[in-house]
Amino acid sequence: MNWVSIGSISDIPCRGARCVATPEGKIAVFRTADDQVYAIDDHCPHKGGPLSQGIVHGTAVTCPLHNWVISLETGKALGADEGAVRTIPVRVEGERLFIALEALASRAA
Amino acid sequence: MTEKLVIIGNGMAPGRMLEHLLEKAPGRYQVIIFNAEPRVNYDRIMLSPVLSGEKAYEEIIIHGDGWYIKHGITLYKGHKIVAIDRQAKTVTSDHGVTEPYDKLVIATGSVPFIIPVPGHNLPGVLTYRDLDDVRAMMLAAQSRAKAVVIGGGLLGLEAAAGLNAQGMDVTVLHVMPTLMERQLDPAAGYLLKRAVEERGIKVITKANTQAITGNGKVEQVELADGTIIPATLVVMAVGIRPNAAIAKEAGIAVNRGIVVDAGMRSNDPDIYALGECAEVSGQVYGLVAPLYEMARVTASQLAGDEAAAFVHSDTPTKLKVTGIELFSLGDFADGDDRQEIVLRDASAGVYKRLVLKDDRIIGTVLYGETADGAWFNDLKKKQTDISVMRDTLIFGQSYQGGAPLDPMAAVAALPDDAEICGCNGVCKGKITGAITGKGLTSLDDVRAHTKASASCGSCTDLVEKLMVLTLGDTYNPAAVQPMCSCTTLGHDEVRRLIKAKGLKTIPAVMQELEWTTSCGCAKCRPALNYYLVCDWPDDYADDYQSRFINERVHANIQKDGTYSVVPRMWGGVTNAAELRAIADVVDKFEIPMVKVTGGQRIDMLGIRKEDLPAVWADLGQAGFVSGHAYAKGLRTVKTCVGSDWCRFGTQDSTGFGVRIEKFMWGSWTPAKVKMAVSGCPRNCAEATCKDVGVICVDSGYEIHFAGAAGLDIKGTEVLGLVRTEDEALEHIVALTQMYREQGRYLERIYKWAKRIGIPEIKRQIMDDGDKRRAYYERFVFSQKFAQVDPWSERVSGKDKHEFRPMASVGFAQAAE
Repeated sequence: MNWVSIGSISDIPCRGARCVATPEGKIAVFRTADDQVYAIDDHCPHKGGPLSQGIVHGTAVTCPLHNWVISLETGKALGADEGAVRTIPVRVEGERLFIALEALASRAA
Repeated sequence: MTEKLVIIGNGMAPGRMLEHLLEKAPGRYQVIIFNAEPRVNYDRIMLSPVLSGEKAYEEIIIHGDGWYIKHGITLYKGHKIVAIDRQAKTVTSDHGVTEPYDKLVIATGSVPFIIPVPGHNLPGVLTYRDLDDVRAMMLAAQSRAKAVVIGGGLLGLEAAAGLNAQGMDVTVLHVMPTLMERQLDPAAGYLLKRAVEERGIKVITKANTQAITGNGKVEQVELADGTIIPATLVVMAVGIRPNAAIAKEAGIAVNRGIVVDAGMRSNDPDIYALGECAEVSGQVYGLVAPLYEMARVTASQLAGDEAAAFVHSDTPTKLKVTGIELFSLGDFADGDDRQEIVLRDASAGVYKRLVLKDDRIIGTVLYGETADGAWFNDLKKKQTDISVMRDTLIFGQSYQGGAPLDPMAAVAALPDDAEICGCNGVCKGKITGAITGKGLTSLDDVRAHTKASASCGSCTDLVEKLMVLTLGDTYNPAAVQPMCSCTTLGHDEVRRLIKAKGLKTIPAVMQELEWTTSCGCAKCRPALNYYLVCDWPDDYADDYQSRFINERVHANIQKDGTYSVVPRMWGGVTNAAELRAIADVVDKFEIPMVKVTGGQRIDMLGIRKEDLPAVWADLGQAGFVSGHAYAKGLRTVKTCVGSDWCRFGTQDSTGFGVRIEKFMWGSWTPAKVKMAVSGCPRNCAEATCKDVGVICVDSGYEIHFAGAAGLDIKGTEVLGLVRTEDEALEHIVALTQMYREQGRYLERIYKWAKRIGIPEIKRQIMDDGDKRRAYYERFVFSQKFAQVDPWSERVSGKDKHEFRPMASVGFAQAAE
């Protein structure tokens, strides 16, 4: 696994998200109320809405386009909706955040 | 021949280790201790009671001088070790004493972390670590002056409580949004803050200390936001780090702490480390339970038991402040594979949360009532399957035993004289009697007739259960639509309770109103944020993370994730310079679509989020501000050209529209508000299907409201006719404020009016001058805080994180 530094946890607002640009598209990196960090593709399985722009509650985000609720842990849609988005491994070392880049490359391949 | 055991440090961990060692291998070692502090081993955990005056130093001594003599231990008091010579196997103190060792134990503990702000070394800045610090604080407290404690963790709060007990005026500064955020979730952190404040200690969260200033001694603390707090004493309690310097100098492996194996042995086989200075499997520890475990392991190892090994276990955290009960254990993060059980009892100040995974407890937060902490800890440790007692688990051990309680059966079993509503003293018999005797079928009826659940509402659940028991299936408890699945309360109750209880933050609302989730959902959070913005305009800090994206970035999100931007055109009036500026922006940012809106302004669509601040900067240069086309707030005031141009115009409808818009822009409302002013009854501005409309006539201004032309189509109601423009403005503003205060989030004016009744609105706005002016003044007050152009704020850097990716990765690899 190739861990790439993407910045510090303090770069992300609490109960918010920031994007990481990659050649294969944006990854949304979320920080929950209790400072857990998750990364998923910034692309709602429903109609491609930017999940990074949604409201973060618990370990889920509500898509800004049509209110699908996506689990940050599994990437799966919660409730009655069906669909899933890819999750990307995150490692937190102190303040620093890393995501697994090989997982990205494998998607391009 | 006895071996020589030298111990550096004389804190609680090596003290406990010696007790074990003397028991396991008496006489095996000749023990020599170097203590940098000039005293014996005392109970550091009890420093807080010493500071608060509840205990004396003599009471917290663990090993008195006699103990050392009895066991033949040499204790060098006030000797700091300055060198370890691993070749010669000796240690040397700052007083020049050198002692040889066969085995060496390093137990140097930790050092307080000092924030390196300017002025951190001024006289009057203290840490909170040992008895000398406590004595210095007690001396400073004699002046009865002001103290600032930096750090709202365990240590900082204990220091603050102690100084407060000594009569000082104490302010706690904490950099995070809630206190003790490592041990507590935000809800418990909120309760803690309230309890601390009730003792007269001020708490400032999100406080970023910038400097400590004073002339030769501490005089004040300055925060990054410009706040200045006078203080003669500053206590830094922001954290500790392992004190491993001496080991590092001696070439022993040091990471965060001195790296030891599970047997507490460093990479030098004759040197052990334990206590806060030691790092086992990447972890360092600060609470006493694991340190005592280290002491046990080290003693066994020194006694020859090489199998002894340190095993990590979670340790509960407790706050040692008299009167505040708090317990935290394990992992309490949310997660899909986890369930939570939350018990909130607002009146008793109790909050309990259990986090479960696979029917086992993995985390516990208890506040206000911690008696069951030990039991929960035991269940967690033993990984007990709790599924059989799940329903009553949170009520604690004493509830367990028989069959799980059926909540309905429990209510049915209550005697008739059992009190149901504490606020109004209503017993069960009175409620059931009223239901059958008067034929009541709704909760509101029961409230009206018995007053039960009509005050704080915390017994609503019980009252509804009584209704189900009495009425059977004919009672539908969902008659009051809850705000969302996080609460049983409806919007109106929540709004009423926010005012009645003076709730001023989202965590406060969730705690006091007993939310069933820890941080709400995408439905309730924006609603609560609006209610708090509306009710406490000067106090409440708008929570942007609880706003929908459009209100967070001041643009409208489109289906492809791009945004549209609408600048304000007051009353729909523009000019060549403005149009030119818009044209330039469209060219410069290659904006793919420009459209005239129904509200008489210009919409630019397809703007990339990253470009938004630059677009606003250019528009701002031309004098534009945000049109709030995205907001649950005042959007447009549409106008016709009125008496200035039109041959039928009766009043200056354009000028009045511009005036309304300039007066009311920036205000947040339950749902969007669109207005219009027509200069004559021909109504070219289409004022009679707006939220608020004005039809100008010869004799004055006819004010309309509660129209709709969206999902529903509805002509307006007439509020009334007033003579002057000033009066018209006052009436419109008062009406809007009434709606702002009573409307449910996302409820448009026409729905609100239907609910309240048109006559009631007319009575309050047209007939009751005092009420109208009070509404008007509250709106004007609120506007002081609301009329800030969000675009220019963001051009000057506010929330800039919103508009930039935090990193770009993988592009180099892709190019290869």
